[in-house]
Amino acid sequence: MLIINCPYCGPRDQSEFSNGGEAHVKRPDGSKEIGDREWGEYVFIRANPKGLFYERWVHTHGCRKWFNCVRDTSTDEILVTYKLDEKKPNLNNFKSVVKTPSGEPEVGSGNFTVEK
Amino acid sequence: MKKKYSIFSLAKNALSGHKEWPKMWRSPEPREFYDVIIIGGGGHGLGTAYYLAKEHGLKNIAVIEKGWLGGGNTGRNTTIIRSNYLWDDSAHLYEHSLKLWENLSIELNYNVMFSQRGVMNLAHNEHDIKEIKRRVSANNLNGIDSFWLSKEEIQKKVPIMNTDNLRYPVLGASYQPRGGVARHDAIAWGFAMRADEMGVDIIQNCEAHQIRTKNGTIEGVETSKGFLRANKIGVVASGHTGVLAESAGIRLPLQSKPLQALVSEPIKPIIDTVVMSSAVHAYVSQSDKGELVIGAGTDSYNSFTQRGGFNIIEDTIRAMVELYPVFGKMKMLRQWGGIVDICPDASPIISKCDIDGLFFNCGWGTGGFKATPGSANVFAHTIAKNEPHQINSAFNLDRFASGRLVDEHGAAAVAH
Repeated sequence: MLIINCPYCGPRDQSEFSNGGEAHVKRPDGSKEIGDREWGEYVFIRANPKGLFYERWVHTHGCRKWFNCVRDTSTDEILVTYKLDEKKPNLNNFKSVVKTPSGEPEVGSGNFTVEK
Repeated sequence: MKKKYSIFSLAKNALSGHKEWPKMWRSPEPREFYDVIIIGGGGHGLGTAYYLAKEHGLKNIAVIEKGWLGGGNTGRNTTIIRSNYLWDDSAHLYEHSLKLWENLSIELNYNVMFSQRGVMNLAHNEHDIKEIKRRVSANNLNGIDSFWLSKEEIQKKVPIMNTDNLRYPVLGASYQPRGGVARHDAIAWGFAMRADEMGVDIIQNCEAHQIRTKNGTIEGVETSKGFLRANKIGVVASGHTGVLAESAGIRLPLQSKPLQALVSEPIKPIIDTVVMSSAVHAYVSQSDKGELVIGAGTDSYNSFTQRGGFNIIEDTIRAMVELYPVFGKMKMLRQWGGIVDICPDASPIISKCDIDGLFFNCGWGTGGFKATPGSANVFAHTIAKNEPHQINSAFNLDRFASGRLVDEHGAAAVAH
């Protein structure tokens, strides 16, 4: 289970939060011009990387505020959480532990805490 | 040479101390070029290669697998097989699969231990009752065996179930007698062996790194054993399908999450059917070894860690102990997670895409095992003919532009 650092309340147990999927998804401009396919992509397609991932969480059973987060989906390590109005961090600031696109990280999934 | 298994081969090999059994498949080094490369050596991928060779006469086929055969989700699921889906498209697909399961041990001459012990889906409230009765009627219209069981009939079938003294009492269930369970490894090994006999190269420990394309046509795949050229590539990599698609510049509507399961210590036979409950999210069957095989849910967040959150098993165990108080003191032996790829409509994608020669069989989410032979069969057809089989035509990628979804989220008899 994850410990999530709510930018408003501090570190809390994951059971207090709900996940909101990919962060920074932009609604396409010019809704009259764009076709079904682009709409379909906006509605249905979300990034699903193995590795660094921008995502949203909401502190459902706490302050009920939404915030963003960068998490490594190959280990579940939460690298940073930040408020909605803050600039999204550059992913180059973080080290990805996935060496090949579909490979497993060396420490084994979920075991990063053992190493630290 | 075709390997045959019978009581005589068993006796013969017993005399030599079981040391003379022939290897079930070769382990060749990859060739430079294949007509078709299947990425993913699970049941769906190996089955696809089997049907490509058997029904479509293709000879130059490879299956590449980053680990060992059936070591991904084929070996990580709870092996439940049923076809009692609500919508026609799904019902036809899963029923096609169930019919293949019924003959698979004979077809492969390899015991996949398909045991039609029936599958029950419990109703815990008024809405469940209405929804399940509607699904039973839909099943009957599609010629699928399915009927409603009253609480008394459930008690007769599963006497250990606590139907009344719990927060969400059991009010009835749907029941599909032809449903059941099968041996997960056997389906991978059986397909692998018979595909290998027809000349399919099965290459293990060969990880696909990148799918290469040129001018909208497939070139081949970069692997840990070098670049392999191919005319056609079928990606059947479950949770990692999206990652591979991305390498070819294709974005798929998939989200990967861990789905958990756990097994108990082995005990004497106590439950002789499969019982699923979507409302409290617990399902259970008993393996031939005697272990209770218990299915839990998916985590709420995307992840590729094959373990999942502890809170998910906690929820499932809570429901299990309430439904079956007799299991309360049992020890659980193992817990694990498999990475499932879930589509927005909880239905699979068996489809070609914008790139000539690139095919996807993915999005099986939490229910892919039951579909193994059916999915493999129609996917082989799609690859060989460059167009979908009638059965999988609804499960294309275009549905996410047209909006013609096959929404099985609420309808699939178990929550996703």
